[in-house]
Amino acid sequence: MEYISLFVKSIFVDNMIFAYFLGMCSYLAVSKNVKTANGLGIAVIGVLLITLPVNYLLDTYFLKPGAMAWISPDFADVDLSFLSFIIFIAVIAAITQLVEMIVEKFLPSLYSSLGIYLPLIAVNCAILGGSLFMQQKDFTGVGESAVYALGSGIGWYLAIVCLAAIREKMSYSNVPAGLKGIGITFITVGMMGMAFMIFMGISL
Amino acid sequence: MGNFKETFTTPLLKGNPITVLVLGICSSLAVTVELKGALVMALSVTIVTGLSSLICSIIRNTIPNRVRIIIQLVVVALMVILVDQFLKAFESTYAIDKSLSVYIGLIITNCIVMGRIEAFALGNKPLPSFVDGLASGLGYGAILIIVAFFRELLGSGTLFGIRIIPEAAYAAGYVNNGLVILPPFALILLGCIIWIHRSIDKELQEK
Repeated sequence: MEYISLFVKSIFVDNMIFAYFLGMCSYLAVSKNVKTANGLGIAVIGVLLITLPVNYLLDTYFLKPGAMAWISPDFADVDLSFLSFIIFIAVIAAITQLVEMIVEKFLPSLYSSLGIYLPLIAVNCAILGGSLFMQQKDFTGVGESAVYALGSGIGWYLAIVCLAAIREKMSYSNVPAGLKGIGITFITVGMMGMAFMIFMGISL
Repeated sequence: MGNFKETFTTPLLKGNPITVLVLGICSSLAVTVELKGALVMALSVTIVTGLSSLICSIIRNTIPNRVRIIIQLVVVALMVILVDQFLKAFESTYAIDKSLSVYIGLIITNCIVMGRIEAFALGNKPLPSFVDGLASGLGYGAILIIVAFFRELLGSGTLFGIRIIPEAAYAAGYVNNGLVILPPFALILLGCIIWIHRSIDKELQEK
């Protein structure tokens, strides 16, 4: 039951895009048509789902203050949490590289349609943000962190596909010259954000 | 020297990272509820972009092309750790560091830093790269401060925590705008800034 509420909460209430603005850059750049948005969204879910549990284990067994006590009692007061940025980003970059190689080998059509955006997932703030939020949230187990990863990935996927659909329709409308392209996209995202705000008061 | 001036002013206006290149949006929206946080964020990003552009430019000839992203990330992460530890070291900045929460860490994945390294530092000498990095950080900071100015003034009636809108106005029925503090407003405000910028500089308009 806790898992379900965490799952729903991370999709709607703590939506990566609308509540925290994470992964905005690729969100705005890749949302011109639904097909690529779809591919990138799935790739983000996949990378989040692998990196978050890995980072959770690293954080619990190596980085937290006193986390290394399981090796020997001498390490009980070692605090490596200042290294977490560099460790997390290294894990993310390595796993993105791995996912890229796997996709290239087994799903060449998806690989060619994603192109440059696959390696760029490494610098997608949503991925690193997920790991950093996980550190703050004090999850009790790997399961929780995986559920959180899946939920926030799906939330991101939902947001990018919605925006891509709206932008496809909007390309036929008559927008003031200065607002064309990125300006109107910002305002659209703002309005979608307002719509998503109705979930904020919900406590699960 | 004319070249330097151009390198410095381009990222401020014509190539502004936020309004023209659309890089580094995540943090610019999340930290702009208060001017103080926005200012600290702007300075941190300026320092990180400047120094990591400098370092990457110094070692640009020794980086193998295939692994360059990871090397850049390590350099940037190092700089961010330095800034983060620096902010945590002083009592006055510690509270701000806490209120910025994960967003200081997210400077690592701030596209401006990586974008400038990829687009400029890897092909230029250290000094121009340093200037370019600094100027990009400042161009980012300028937008951050404009957005934060409006959000704090309209949302809380204060600037840097000092009350601007007089008590008398509240007594007469003035109410702070709650929407301004919420995330979506930042996007709409940014959309309007882009609109104004592109209406003045018609070259930037998209066809």
